[in-house]
Formats: sequence, structure tokens, C-alpha cells
Amino acid sequence: MSSTVVPTERHDSPDENIRHREKGNRSFLGLKIVSTVAALIPVLALLAIVAVLLSESLPAIKLNGISFFTKFAWRPGGTYSLPTKTDGILHPVGSSFGIWPLLAGTLESSGIALLIAVPVSIGAALAVVKKLPKGLSTGVGFFLEILTGIPSVVYGLWGVMTLGPTLSRDVFPLIAKHAPSGFGFNFFKGNVGHGEGLITSGIILAIMVIPIISATTRDLLKQVPTLTEEGGMAIGMTDWETTKKITLPWVSKGVIGACILGLARALGETMAVAMVSGSVLGTIPSNLYSTFTTIAATIVSQLDSALTDGTGFYVKTLAETALVLMVITLLTNVAARLLVKRVSSSGLPVGRGV
Amino acid sequence: MSELPNNPSSPQSQSDADRLNFETLSKLVEVQGIKSNTTRGFKARIAWSLSYLTLLLVITPAVLIVGHVVLQALPHFQFSVLTSNTTGLGGGLKNEIAGTLVIVLGVLVIAGGLGILSGIYLSNYAKNKFGNFLRSSSEVLAGIPSIVFGYVGYIALVVHFHWGFSLGAGLITLSLMVVPYVSKTTEVALRQVPSGYSEGGEALGLSEGYILRRITLKSALPGVVTGIIVAVAIATGETAPLLYTAGYSQNLPKLAVTHSPLGYLTYAVWTFYNQPSKAAVQLSYDAAFLLIVGVVLLIVISRIVVSASQKHSENR
Repeated sequence: MSSTVVPTERHDSPDENIRHREKGNRSFLGLKIVSTVAALIPVLALLAIVAVLLSESLPAIKLNGISFFTKFAWRPGGTYSLPTKTDGILHPVGSSFGIWPLLAGTLESSGIALLIAVPVSIGAALAVVKKLPKGLSTGVGFFLEILTGIPSVVYGLWGVMTLGPTLSRDVFPLIAKHAPSGFGFNFFKGNVGHGEGLITSGIILAIMVIPIISATTRDLLKQVPTLTEEGGMAIGMTDWETTKKITLPWVSKGVIGACILGLARALGETMAVAMVSGSVLGTIPSNLYSTFTTIAATIVSQLDSALTDGTGFYVKTLAETALVLMVITLLTNVAARLLVKRVSSSGLPVGRGV
Repeated sequence: MSELPNNPSSPQSQSDADRLNFETLSKLVEVQGIKSNTTRGFKARIAWSLSYLTLLLVITPAVLIVGHVVLQALPHFQFSVLTSNTTGLGGGLKNEIAGTLVIVLGVLVIAGGLGILSGIYLSNYAKNKFGNFLRSSSEVLAGIPSIVFGYVGYIALVVHFHWGFSLGAGLITLSLMVVPYVSKTTEVALRQVPSGYSEGGEALGLSEGYILRRITLKSALPGVVTGIIVAVAIATGETAPLLYTAGYSQNLPKLAVTHSPLGYLTYAVWTFYNQPSKAAVQLSYDAAFLLIVGVVLLIVISRIVVSASQKHSENR
């Protein structure tokens, strides 16, 4: 370091030295202004996003009304016949939109993802921190990084080409056959499909959120003070009892926060789900294997056809859909951040998980 | 890469000592005979076996995904894929590779510049409520789903500004998405530079700009670089924000801000995988393979940066 702090120019008279410093401070003022502007950009971007979504979706919000959240229909309407006007808003004949099936699909697939990812992530983090030698745990870190780094289209490609077909051929029929019948279990029975559907999406989403939950839990576990754990050992607990009764409760709040961050990621995931969900609009999944769609997947797969709607009403409805998605993920993220509060040692915003 | 090993000054050494203690103690308990021949010991064994199993469940998908793509792409990989443009549903990926590189470079310049500047501001001046407001809005921005960025980019830039599908629209959308990551890592890295460094500079009568440039930023460089690598990784792997902003083109990217649609690798994966022709599916796998190679390269680079920085750090 010391070699770098020596100024390159020498100033013999103190006057000159002061002048040099003032010149530096002037350029520094410039930097301050520029960096203030840069720091304001996320705020401006947020405002812009909200403004664009609101102004674009306003007609749709008006026309779709409150039934947007209760209806099961997703009908863009006829684009070949002349559009009609309702309440002064132009829209295709017979168009009718309800976000409920998309919302249900989003919540169900993310719920399945969390059910799988939470125990797996916490278990893996425990093994890494408490049991593995240091060299090996760096190796596991590498796998976690690979999992975060793989683009979501590649997850989708793998899911739709290998995972889905394999599971629907070898695993799903077994589950469907042996699941007990009765209330609640019928969800596990029925047609197992061809691999594109709710459970496949849930599994893919689980794999995508595992690195988020696992890495955060691992970093949290490392911060647990040793003395408290030693106390447990000293009164004769086994290492597992110490972990269960002392270590895990110590970090529980942060782990819950990490899980909610994972949930936010799963709720907003687009490409992978668009590829493995089967993209069926307007129906709620009837069993674990049936095709469905989520809010994010609908926006990406429908914007193309929405552009053919001459009245622009479909695009505006998608804006409303995007607004709903944004509100949901925002609430989840805020909840998670209140719980986690700067625990990630990597110091990154953990939102997107990358 | 939320879990890039980038925190050079995390108290690694201390936790090693801690772990040693934990292990010694567990052995002691074992000697006392609690572990092996009681129900409690048995329970502990079952629990740890399960935790090893979950570890396996984390590693297996990574191996399976990478293995699947490599096995599908490599045996039929032809180098003409790298040197010819996509034509219809076949040909190569030259335009997509060039497009991804252009996008990465653009994001590097825009998001890198803005992120570093905003990180400097947040670490140096923003110690009040306003700073916290800026920080949390940056985190909120990082939590917005990528398709929302894509949709807003389409409505605002492509339609209302009449830019058409263009490099400019894609770059701005993607850059705004990744700025929070660069800004956050820069801020954290700058904060971790010992204050004695800049105080020493002040004592020598150096100007503040000089101190920032040559002392503080230089020491924080590994953290800054890690943030930029994360931004590059996202820019390489994202699809949703680009589909309706950058569009697609089978020609090499035009270096114009507006009306310059361009191809990128993730588009090829997304579009060609369900086409009936074998060549198209192959192209999809080739693109996925190149993306995975890129990701692994980025991870390796970030690891090198971190280990190089730890070699010179004082609190090793």
C-alpha cells in the first residue's frame, strides 16, 4: 500500500501544495454530485416502474374491476370482430380476465418449492458448517455457486427435456397409485401427465431457491458464538441436541428471513416455469401433476399474442397482472428483509438470488 | 451467486478455531459413551445422516443439469456453431454470441459505472436517514421480478419512446436491474477499508479525490470486481428482461442505440428447444452449453480475485 500513497508530483512551496489540494477538492465536488445522481437512480427507476405500470394498467383496473381477483376466466376475446366499448374503454368482444388461476398457480408452485427447499437447504447448511472439513465445504460452496449461476432457461431446458419426462414415467405413477384415497389425498391421484406441470415446476423452483436459503443459513450458522454451543456440550448434550436446541434457535429468525427471500425468488421466476408449467391459462391445477401457469410465466408467454389485440386491452391487462406480481414480491421481500437485516456475509442484496 | 466467497475480511480464522472446539467437544462427549449406545446417540446419528443426505440432494441437481447439457451438446458440437449466424432454425450461434458479448459489455459500462458511483456515495456521504432510504429502495429494486423489468422496458422504451426493439432498450432495462448488486458490493467493500488508510492520506496532505482514487478504491477493488462479476453473470443469463426490449435478430448486432434488435444466447435456448427440427434443438443445447461455460468461467474468475485479494489483506 505504502508505495501508492506517495504523490507523483512534488510541490516545494506550501502555497503550491495548497493550490494543488484545492484543485483536487474541486474535482472531488464534481464526483460528489455525479455520485449523488447515480445513487438516486434506483429510486427514480422504482418510481418509473410504478408510474408506467399504473398508467398503463389504469383502464384495465377500471374495466376488470374487483372480479379480476375472483374470476376463473382468461379470455382475450375475438380479435377479428370489431371491438366494443364498455364504460368508455375499448376492448375486444368477449374479453374477460380473472387472475385467480394464475395467482393460485403461482402460490401453489412456490409453496411446493419451499416445502422441498427449506428442509434440504437447512440440512445441507448444517452438514457443511458442523461436519464437513473446510476443504470439502469450499467444494460444496462451488456447487451452490453453479446452481445460482445457471441461467433459468437452462433450468427450464433440463426440466422439460429430462426431469419432467423421467419423473412422469417412473415416479409419478407410483405416487398416484399408492397415495391413500380420501379427503386431501386426491390431489396426489389422477392423470400423471407428461412431465410438464405443477410438481415439476415446484421441483425446478426448489432447486433454484436452495442456494439462496442454504448459503444464507450457512453464513448465519458460522456466526453463532461458540461459547453457547460449548455450554450445551458441557452439560452432556450430543452434538445433534446442541445443534437442535441451541444453534438452530439462535439463527431461526434469519433462516425464516432467508426462506421468505427464497419464496420471493420463486414467486417471480419466469422463464423456467414458462418452460415446464405447460402454460395452461384459466384453469386451476386439479392435481399435483396437471399443467398450469403462473403470473410471471403468463406475462412472458402472452405478451406476444397480446400485441395482436388492436385495442391494446390485453397488453393493459398484462400490466395489471405485472402490478399484482410486483406488489406480491415487494411485500415478500420487505418481510424477509425485516427479518434478515444484513446477515448475508457476502453483502449482496439477496433478492434475485444471483 | 449470492454466495460468492467474496468477503475477504469475514472472520474466517476465528470460526475455524470455533469449529475445532466444537469437534473436540463432540469427541469428548463420544468418549463419555453418550453417543454410540444410547437412544440419544442413535437419534444424533440418524439426524446427521439425514443432513448428509440433504447435502447430496443439493449437489446432485447441479451435477445432473451440467452433465445433461454437456452430454447433449458436446458429442455433436461443431466449431462452425461459433463462426456462422443463425439461419431460420439452423446454422450457428455467432450472432447470439456476439449479442451476448455486446450486452455484457454494455451492462459492464452502464451498471458498472452507475453502481460504483452510487456505492461511493452510499459509503462516503450517506450516513443519515436519506442514505438508508436510498439503500432500501435499491434493495427493493433488486427484488422486482425480471419479467416486470422486461414489461416496463417494453412499454416505456420500445413503445412510448419509439425506440423499437433495440440494444439501447435492452441495455437500460438490464442495467437498471443489476445496478443494486454493483452498488451494494462497492459500498460494503469501501466500508471495510480501514479508516487509517485514508487518514494517512489526509495526514500527507493529499486531496480527497486522490485519496479515494489511489487508496480507498484500490483497497476495495476485489469487492468491487466481485459485484461487477455478479452483474455480468446476471446479464449473461437473463432472458425475461430482454425478450421484449432487445427483441431478436439473426444478424450480427448493430451498434446503434435505437432500432437495433439483436440476438443473445438465452433467446436461442428459449426459442429452439421445442422446435420440431433436430438442428434447432441441437442449437438450443449448444447455446445452453456456452452459457454454462460462461458461468463456470465467471465463478472461477471471482474465486481467483478473492484469493488474490486475501493474499494481500492484512487480517489474514
